[in-house]
Amino acid sequence: MSPTPLMEIEDLRVEFTGSAGRRVRAVRDVDLTIYEGETLGLVGESGCGKSTLGRAMVRVTEPTGGAIRYLGADITKLRGTVFRKTRADLQMVFQDPFGSLNPRRSIADIVAEPLLRARGTGRDEARKIVDDLLDQVGLGREAGTRKPHEFSGGQRQRIGIARALAPSPRFVVADEPVSALDVSIQAQVINLLSDLIRERGLTMLFISHDLGVVRHIADRIAVMYLGQIIEIASRDDFFAGPAHPYGEALLSSVPALSKEPRRERIELTGELPDPADPPAGCTFHTRCRYATDMCRTEAPVLREVQPGREVRCHLPLIPVKGTS
Amino acid sequence: MSEALLEIRGLTVGFDVPGGRLPAVAGIDLTLGKGEILALVGESGSGKSALSMSLVGLNRGPRTHIGGEVLFGGRDLVGAGEKELREVRGKDIAVVFQDALAALNPTQRVGDQVAEMIRTHRRISKRNASKRAEELLGEVGIANPGQAARAYPHQLSGGMRQRVMIAIGLANDPAVLIADEPTTALDVTIQAQVLRLLKRLQRDHGTTIVLITHDLGVVAEVADRVAVMYAGRIIEQGTRDEVLFDPQHPYTMGLLSSVPRVDGPAVSRLPAIAGSPLTGVARPDGCAFAPRCTFVHEACQKQTPPLQRRYAGEAHLDACVLDEAGRARARGALEEVAQ
Ligand SMILES: Nc1ncnc2c1ncn2[C@@H]1O[C@H](COP(=O)(O)OP(=O)(O)OP(=O)(O)O)[C@@H](O)[C@H]1O
Ligand SMILES: Nc1ncnc2c1ncn2[C@@H]1O[C@H](COP(=O)(O)OP(=O)(O)OP(=O)(O)O)[C@@H](O)[C@H]1O
Ligand code: SF4
Ligand SMILES: [Mg+2]
Ligand SMILES: [Mg+2]
Repeated sequence: MSPTPLMEIEDLRVEFTGSAGRRVRAVRDVDLTIYEGETLGLVGESGCGKSTLGRAMVRVTEPTGGAIRYLGADITKLRGTVFRKTRADLQMVFQDPFGSLNPRRSIADIVAEPLLRARGTGRDEARKIVDDLLDQVGLGREAGTRKPHEFSGGQRQRIGIARALAPSPRFVVADEPVSALDVSIQAQVINLLSDLIRERGLTMLFISHDLGVVRHIADRIAVMYLGQIIEIASRDDFFAGPAHPYGEALLSSVPALSKEPRRERIELTGELPDPADPPAGCTFHTRCRYATDMCRTEAPVLREVQPGREVRCHLPLIPVKGTS
Repeated sequence: MSEALLEIRGLTVGFDVPGGRLPAVAGIDLTLGKGEILALVGESGSGKSALSMSLVGLNRGPRTHIGGEVLFGGRDLVGAGEKELREVRGKDIAVVFQDALAALNPTQRVGDQVAEMIRTHRRISKRNASKRAEELLGEVGIANPGQAARAYPHQLSGGMRQRVMIAIGLANDPAVLIADEPTTALDVTIQAQVLRLLKRLQRDHGTTIVLITHDLGVVAEVADRVAVMYAGRIIEQGTRDEVLFDPQHPYTMGLLSSVPRVDGPAVSRLPAIAGSPLTGVARPDGCAFAPRCTFVHEACQKQTPPLQRRYAGEAHLDACVLDEAGRARARGALEEVAQ
């Protein structure tokens, strides 16, 4: 059975007007397909555009250009009631748990909101769904009567997860959903998400800086750098050895829980690029230890170097084979 | 441990909530040595942030009750007045908040927010303060700090905001830096850069650092000592090697086995400690971890086990009544789960 594409992104661009009126190209040239039932892990440098890409996919942020297809239909032009219905299928767990929770409302109201508004669920039924979800994320239903400021960072994060799951979405963008949780609660929440993925066929874009967490939840990994996708690989391929020099540096920098100091760590030196003024050629060349003259002048394209493995680099770290 | 710089004695923090008073911090004794990096880890909601904020009176309010003593430079900060605390805050003891978006002023450019912190404690011209602010933003690894300084918080990514918070914390070269989850929003390469910066501060300025984090890999990389919190109390404390590689308390053991790793076999289910932590007002007698502990027995429920030296090294303390054989069994059982 060939997998069904659930979300297809084509040539997506998101631009902002940054400080001093400069144009920040937060997301550019992104082509990406997420298949039904899969979890795609999205990793990359802080500020490279992961949240912006995720927010654009559920249209919390309006894209500047390109198409986003949900089950074949472009959602970038949807308005009104149709948009509200579709939005209930596409949910987001926000990266900043506090900034995204209305401080004046109770937790139960916050979690119930997408259910009541977009799904037209009755009050009693919504109440039951909310109670169950609060139990499942380990907060307990009693938490429903309290206000956001009474909760710790990790507790707020779980409120955000419960809110996103409430309307039984088909696609969830989870932006750093477990970063504030201790590892044991984190394990519980990851196991809960895995169950939902299996039982409800939930499809997910999982954004995280924690590569250990990504390894346990994602089927495939996409790596971003300065607004672009620079590598896509299956989970096992990526962790066996990234194809892009930035991916390699990333994996080598994971802090190890071991007595001995780490093996080789690739320290990224060189100038940090500015998203409003990306370097010519390969955007990573200013910090890449393999960069050649070609890298400084010619921009590499994202190409398939092995079946299911794409990389945007002139000198990939894996052999090029098996593609026509 | 080196010379004591800050001493916490019997610290309690209670919040008035609808059902009564929530014991967020339920009695903590902890001494910070000059120039050490202490990692504070533990359950989400166990009181780590409440503890750190109460050190400099940041969570004072009509519904917050702080008790005990925080001794620093010959005075008790719990009893200190607001004016006195303002002197200490930022200059002697700086706190880097967990929630950067909530802590930053949305209507003020971030560079001005850093500069303002510098000017609160130092006589320095506006221009020089701005210059120093940009330098600090560069030191925490922000690309093009001149531009970033002029941005408003919402124009920055989560990780950039977090680094702005660190820059504010470092603005006055404090003696104690309390950093609450300072690297969670950072990718691992920039995280490594921030951790190197913390190490450098410790080495060159003798800064004492309390690092609150859930990332036990980070703890392994930078901490000298570790304290583990559960339900408002410290339940284990010792050197990095003692706590991470010879854990004594079943909660610490459980935490260590839940860490998702980038090497070794990928498991389909992560080992998690079953059950939920205590979040309500009621705290039954005995060990707070008992309802979730596989090794619970009668003695656990009698009274709260005090934090003391039991079966491990001299400064390696824990709050579990299990005897030596029980601990060995606990360790064995967890290793099995981890297979
Ligand atoms: N509303 C906005 N206005 C102007 N610039 C913005 C806005 N939102 C994001 N940006 C910029 O877009 C870029 C990408 O930001 P984004 O939040 O997507 O990064 P990220 O990959 O999620 O980073 P992190 O890992 O730190 O969360 C950054 O340079 C950021 O400063
Ligand atoms: N202002 C408040 N009012 C009422 N309860 C509060 C308040 N602030 C915190 N709490 C409660 O106090 C307990 C401790 O919270 P704290 O923020 O210190 O936890 P934490 O250890 O920092 O957790 P995390 O790792 O999730 O950030 C939690 O149960 C929380 O719900
Ligand atoms: S294209 Fe060149 S500079 Fe870019 S990552 Fe590959 S080797 Fe490095
Ligand atoms: Mg982000
Ligand atoms: Mg906290």
